[in-house]
Amino acid sequence: MSRQASRGGDPRKVNGELFTLTYGALVAQLMKDYENDDEVNKQLEKMGYNIGVRLIEDFLARANIGRCSDFRETADIVARVAFKMYLGIQPVVSNWSAAGDEFSLLIENNPLTDFVELPDGHNALHYSNLLSGVLKGSLEMVQMDVDVRFVQDQLKGDNITEIRLKFIKRLEDAIPAGED
Amino acid sequence: MTVFNFYIFDRNGTCLYYAEWNRKKQSGISKEEEFKLMYGMIFSIKSFVNRISPTDMKDGFMNFKTSKYKLHFFETQSGLKFIMNTDLNVGSVKETLQLIYSSIYVEYVVKNPLCCLDQPITSELFKAKLDDFVRGLPIFPASVS
Repeated sequence: MSRQASRGGDPRKVNGELFTLTYGALVAQLMKDYENDDEVNKQLEKMGYNIGVRLIEDFLARANIGRCSDFRETADIVARVAFKMYLGIQPVVSNWSAAGDEFSLLIENNPLTDFVELPDGHNALHYSNLLSGVLKGSLEMVQMDVDVRFVQDQLKGDNITEIRLKFIKRLEDAIPAGED
Repeated sequence: MTVFNFYIFDRNGTCLYYAEWNRKKQSGISKEEEFKLMYGMIFSIKSFVNRISPTDMKDGFMNFKTSKYKLHFFETQSGLKFIMNTDLNVGSVKETLQLIYSSIYVEYVVKNPLCCLDQPITSELFKAKLDDFVRGLPIFPASVS
């Protein structure tokens, strides 16, 4: 999503502000409906999950990348290719755990929060929690069970937005009845 | 050259879509049974190929031939399986199956929020687009004798 409205460019690209504002309206409506930050987080994650399980198909069809051999490669693809394709940013991958099963995505300019200021008393709200759901849902479709959570958020005064991903387990293919 | 039939399975073994064009002989069992049989065989071949291969493979199982037909197989990383049966003169249809995935399945099923992803596809638009696409393939004969 480039800042300029792209006329005559890639027809798939839309003005980023349209997306940012639509997302903002969604969060605002959820905050009105639920009046409880945790519940809003949960709803955002659920929506993200549902988006993720579809988005992964679009991603695989467009990016044409091979299967990742390890979690480091996955991290690299998510940050360099997927975030770039859908949000126009490239988060930095860092803070690897010693076992290589956990890393952070550091986002400096989160496009979802361009016009946002959190009102007081919403410290539990993860404004961009949709992203957690998208990451979880899409990785689940490529057989990876992953835990995703926000640990830092620029909206709350942190220097950077940090999403932590933890690999839990590899999901196995369903076995047809009568086979093993 | 000719295309006989075509299956899409999801990662759980549900047959999402089936279409046939020039199939001359039916299996004699219900379609449901046939889908199960097909999925079970594909599953077994995949695991057979993986175990027996003497070297690490990139693509895994891609196709097999009998004296009468050739079965082509393409699996996405999300576990969707595309299977096409053609006659023996057809070469690799990997790109064709990839194209069905990226420009027909993704466009008309995944991007249609009213299409459930884990149930057989009922979208008429998808059916029409796929039918047009397959009929337009160079491996599809102009006239069926």
